[in-house]
Amino acid sequence: MGNGTSIGRVRGLGSSHHGTGHFLSSRLTAVGNLVLIPFLMVSLLLMPSHDYATVHAWAAKPLPATALILIMINTFYHARLGIQVMLEDYVHEDGGKIAAWLFINFVPFAGAAFGIVSVVRIALGGA
Amino acid sequence: MAQAPGKRPLSPHLEIWRWGPAMLVSILHRITGNGLAFVGLAMLLWWISAIAGGPESYQTFLDWVWLAPNGGLQVATALLGKVVLVGLTWAFFQHMATGIRHFVLDVGAGYELEANARWSSLTILFSVAATSVFWAFVLLR
Repeated sequence: MGNGTSIGRVRGLGSSHHGTGHFLSSRLTAVGNLVLIPFLMVSLLLMPSHDYATVHAWAAKPLPATALILIMINTFYHARLGIQVMLEDYVHEDGGKIAAWLFINFVPFAGAAFGIVSVVRIALGGA
Repeated sequence: MAQAPGKRPLSPHLEIWRWGPAMLVSILHRITGNGLAFVGLAMLLWWISAIAGGPESYQTFLDWVWLAPNGGLQVATALLGKVVLVGLTWAFFQHMATGIRHFVLDVGAGYELEANARWSSLTILFSVAATSVFWAFVLLR
């Protein structure tokens, strides 16, 4: 926390105590999405068919599997940051804020974990 | 508080602003972002977990979202599925374009009224064009 000097005030990270971290993470993950999501969309576009064998074989390859796992991390985190901003703007009651806080701290991570497990299962065998 | 009510000009409230392209793409960025987060990521998880579940679960996904081979309720959900997938594609392109617009605004450029309105309108033009090209490519090849 700040101790009254200029650098101390900077280290206190302003009135939110989180500094520009949220803002920067949002931008950083946006850049990630700018690469990952077009990769997914172009891959889907170029597939000769979308039957099970084709889609499974594609997702099991190292590069697509890596991209899919990165999407589960990067895109879910970007979504979490964005939903948080939306909820901060529209949810004002204490009860709603607690529900929103629980939501953004559990659901995106649960979704990402489920997605990663699915990709790993596709890539490393199993079904 | 001490002023006589009704005589003083009121601060312009949300609904009396004349809509401009910048306002439109600003709220579209939020709507498309949250739509992609809630609907898009749910669809992504359904899709990837259906693949992970094997041929049968993937076929179930295809049947309910697109093919509707069994008629009945699937006809409705497959129609909805097509609307959702096209909508998600548009939402992605719109969110991407307004996101890039935000990067430009973040460095302090593009705030002149005309330039701001022009680039705002162009994001919509881009998202509609890109969505059309994407689905034309999917359906026609």
